[in-house]
Amino acid sequence: MSILEHNGAAIIAMAGKNCVAIGADTRFGLRMQTVATDFEKVFKMSNNVFVGLAGLATDVQTLRNLLKFRLSLYALREERDMKPEAFAALLSHLLYEKRFGPYFIEPLVAGLKDGDQPFLCGMDLIGAPVYTNDFVVSGTCTPNMNGMCESLWRPDMTPDDLFEAVSQCLLASVDRDAMSGWGAVVHVITPDGVTSKRLKGRMD
Amino acid sequence: MRLESILDLGKKKVAAATDELGFALAGVKDPAAYSAANFSASYGATQDVKFAKGTTTLAFKFDGGVIVSVDSRSTMGNYIASQTVKKVIEINPFLLGTMAGGAADCSFWERNLGTQCRMYELRNKKRVSVAAASKMLANTMYRYRGRGLSMGTMICGWDASGPKLYYVDDDGTRLEGDVFCVGSGSTYAYGVIDSHLRRDLTVDEAVDLGRRAIAGAAHRDAMSGGWNNLYHVTEDGWRFLGQSGR
Repeated sequence: MSILEHNGAAIIAMAGKNCVAIGADTRFGLRMQTVATDFEKVFKMSNNVFVGLAGLATDVQTLRNLLKFRLSLYALREERDMKPEAFAALLSHLLYEKRFGPYFIEPLVAGLKDGDQPFLCGMDLIGAPVYTNDFVVSGTCTPNMNGMCESLWRPDMTPDDLFEAVSQCLLASVDRDAMSGWGAVVHVITPDGVTSKRLKGRMD
Repeated sequence: MRLESILDLGKKKVAAATDELGFALAGVKDPAAYSAANFSASYGATQDVKFAKGTTTLAFKFDGGVIVSVDSRSTMGNYIASQTVKKVIEINPFLLGTMAGGAADCSFWERNLGTQCRMYELRNKKRVSVAAASKMLANTMYRYRGRGLSMGTMICGWDASGPKLYYVDDDGTRLEGDVFCVGSGSTYAYGVIDSHLRRDLTVDEAVDLGRRAIAGAAHRDAMSGGWNNLYHVTEDGWRFLGQSGR
């Protein structure tokens, strides 16, 4: 069994019309044992960039701290926020830097580019990026999430529709995965700001 | 590897290789080791054929009889194959068997136990005792020891000597006891049961304890969940108390 499946996760990022959403479950487990149900896996990196970190929990926290640190240095030096494209490139390089002893993380980046265009990007644990216009998923139930996204995603969704789609995709997917679930969070990023909501889910 | 060396086909004719119950045996030199290595329900990382499993089941005795409480999840690896599995097998109106381990192994051999019990009744003109029924199953398990069967079951019932509860598993273990929890979530269930069980519990209290133990295990154990099926065994036989959900 893979170390990427040690703690369990389910993360979905999806694009709408001038908005993106990213949602994740909240389980923290040790293999089959559920230890906590309020674990954060999605982090706000700036007003228009969110990152989702699926994989080994210790690396989730290490990488979150490292990204926060690098982003703060960037803001200090450049006196502006990093764009999502640059953030994804930074993350990719941070991961490849550890090519022969990687962080066990498969991250997602969701943000709004210039002109309020959606930006979505997924990566493997050594930073190979994949850019999409519709949705990306990561975690222990990727077949489930891909299947749900394929059926519920529509082009040009409004922020409300996008929230509904991501939520339904997440909840349905984790109900067929033993390693993720136990509640969820969904963030919708629009040019006017971010709305974050907690979802109640099955607790088994 | 050449086929002949795997299948012992050479000049020796493998004539209808079956065991005493008519199960076809693999045409290899050691059929027992072959099935243990490839078709075991307790599969390791190397086995390609994987079966449904993952469970919490419990049963306990108290003054009002026996409470049997189980979850309903079936997993294949991390995938939740079903949330609506019936893990209590109704052997006859006075006997219940629970299901943990390989789903097919449990349901097949407990159905087989049902026929053995019926044969006993017809031959001896009296109901089979729980002790005798559980021993028939244990003997069956012992006969297939080492072939990779996976079964952890509780045989629960009421006979001439009162309420009875036995644990029987795939290596032929057979234990009588007052409380058993079986499956991946069993430790969590034991935690709840052991801290609240008393002989003088009312029926309602006992039923609630059975439900709470399964709910606790379903919450903590990733491989357990779905619904909770509850049974109560009295001198009049077992009664299905229904299904409760999240």
